[in-house]
Amino acid sequence: MKYIIAIIKPHKLDEVREALGSLGVAGMTASEVKGFGRQKGQTEIYRGAEYSVNMVPKVKIEIAASDALAPQIVETIQNSANSDAIGDGKVFVLDLASAVRIRTGETGDTAL
Amino acid sequence: MIRKVLCGAGTVAASLLLPAVAFAQEAAEAAAPVANPGNNAWMMTATVLVMMMILPGLALFYGGLTRSKNMLSTMTQIGATAALAMLVWIMWGYSMAFGPEAVGGLEAFVSTGSYFLSSVTPDTTAATFSDEVISEYVFVSFQMTFAAITAALVLGATAERMKFSATMLFTVLWLTVVYFPIAHMVWAGGGLLFEMGALDFAGGTVVHINAGVSGLVLAYLLGKRKGYPTEPMPPHSLTLTMVGTGLLWVGWFGFNAGSELEADGFAGLAMINTFVATAAGGLAWMVMEKIAGHKGSALGFCSGIIAGLVAVTPAAGNSGPFGAVVLGIVASLVCYFMVAKIKPAMGYDDSLDAFGIHGIGGIIGAVGTGFVNTMFNGPGNGDAASMMDQVGIQVVAVLVAIAWAAIGTLIVGLIVKFTVGLRVSEETELAGLDIGEHGERAYND
Repeated sequence: MKYIIAIIKPHKLDEVREALGSLGVAGMTASEVKGFGRQKGQTEIYRGAEYSVNMVPKVKIEIAASDALAPQIVETIQNSANSDAIGDGKVFVLDLASAVRIRTGETGDTAL
Repeated sequence: MIRKVLCGAGTVAASLLLPAVAFAQEAAEAAAPVANPGNNAWMMTATVLVMMMILPGLALFYGGLTRSKNMLSTMTQIGATAALAMLVWIMWGYSMAFGPEAVGGLEAFVSTGSYFLSSVTPDTTAATFSDEVISEYVFVSFQMTFAAITAALVLGATAERMKFSATMLFTVLWLTVVYFPIAHMVWAGGGLLFEMGALDFAGGTVVHINAGVSGLVLAYLLGKRKGYPTEPMPPHSLTLTMVGTGLLWVGWFGFNAGSELEADGFAGLAMINTFVATAAGGLAWMVMEKIAGHKGSALGFCSGIIAGLVAVTPAAGNSGPFGAVVLGIVASLVCYFMVAKIKPAMGYDDSLDAFGIHGIGGIIGAVGTGFVNTMFNGPGNGDAASMMDQVGIQVVAVLVAIAWAAIGTLIVGLIVKFTVGLRVSEETELAGLDIGEHGERAYND
């Protein structure tokens, strides 16, 4: 199993969710986060005084997936979250040791 | 505020100032003038509109521009300063500014004779610009709100670091040394600038130049806020600043159209000028931001609104609507330049731009009044022989006001500095003045 973490632009969330839905992804978690990468934040200007804000608002989505589905998910996120602009985000893939569905006690792929 | 008539002085004052005392006594024996209820009603409305400019208008406008840890301090300083100014006004302020008696040799600067409003009753009246009168209590109240808001405006330059006790002591002394004499000079019969023919319809010189310059001097005396300008200090709530801006704009109709002292055509002129100069100012600032390569911002819009309002104040009844538009645009552009370029270059910490917008906008408006009084279909109600003569008078009035405000504030500021001290402790400044000075916080989250 794989654990996929993607940092994307907030306005791309709906698009990514739809694309993943049609792929058969059963669940995902999304949270509003702040961070910076190569984009290095943004600038705000109040009455001519410039403030560079180091953290840019992003959305983090987390998905647990079977080994078979994971590459497709990564590709789908990459395609649907892409706007060809700086700050589009990144996708990380981790090995996932185990998963348990709390209500039934199922484990492994069937728990996803 | 000048149409060859005595401004504001009560009928008692008018009669005492007239050379032919015998005639005055005869006039007094005739039926006493009675206030026109229509004018009285409008002036009472205008007075409470100006009150709305202070609390909540200015308090929200300035409060939103501070950091959240200083929100209550900023609003409380404004409210308490205004309250104190009201009490001082009825004790000796009205007397010094518009009192019925001349002070030997000093009548160009102050008056006297109505301490604790001793000469005012429900039957006494104050002259307007025609043969009408309004109730003197109404006039006293209307002018009281001007003293209150001017004292509060100064605090825009000192926000986030001035002690509450220092603010209170400063207010009492500053009103006495700076505000009352300038109000007398500009608006009262016999006043230095009034007699010179200076035009200041609703307080460009008395209120805005005075408050702005005083704020700048006080900002220098106080020193910069800790961390300025390296630490980010963005406004904590532009939402509230926008709400405050709206309240100020609405209240300003009382300020400007009320300064006619009657509900007549000149009040109408002041009203439309207050609409259009402000609209032009708000948009001009945003255009300027765009030209400077930024985005047209909400704070820019609010700032331009204030710049337009300030600039039209002295011209409200002395300019045609298109003159007012020109004033609004010019003031907005110059204020933008002052706030965005000159302030960082000079390095002074005028926290909320009391000088940058009120001081500079007031100067543009006061000098500009000389031009637009006759240009762009202006009413041409000044005394001067030509436009440039009027401009010359305006420039002199501005210079007198700047000098008086600067020197007076310096003296008063130093007195406060060496008695109660001007500035809060480093610890209080760091934790915020809300907790440090008042023991409460604006937001509990």
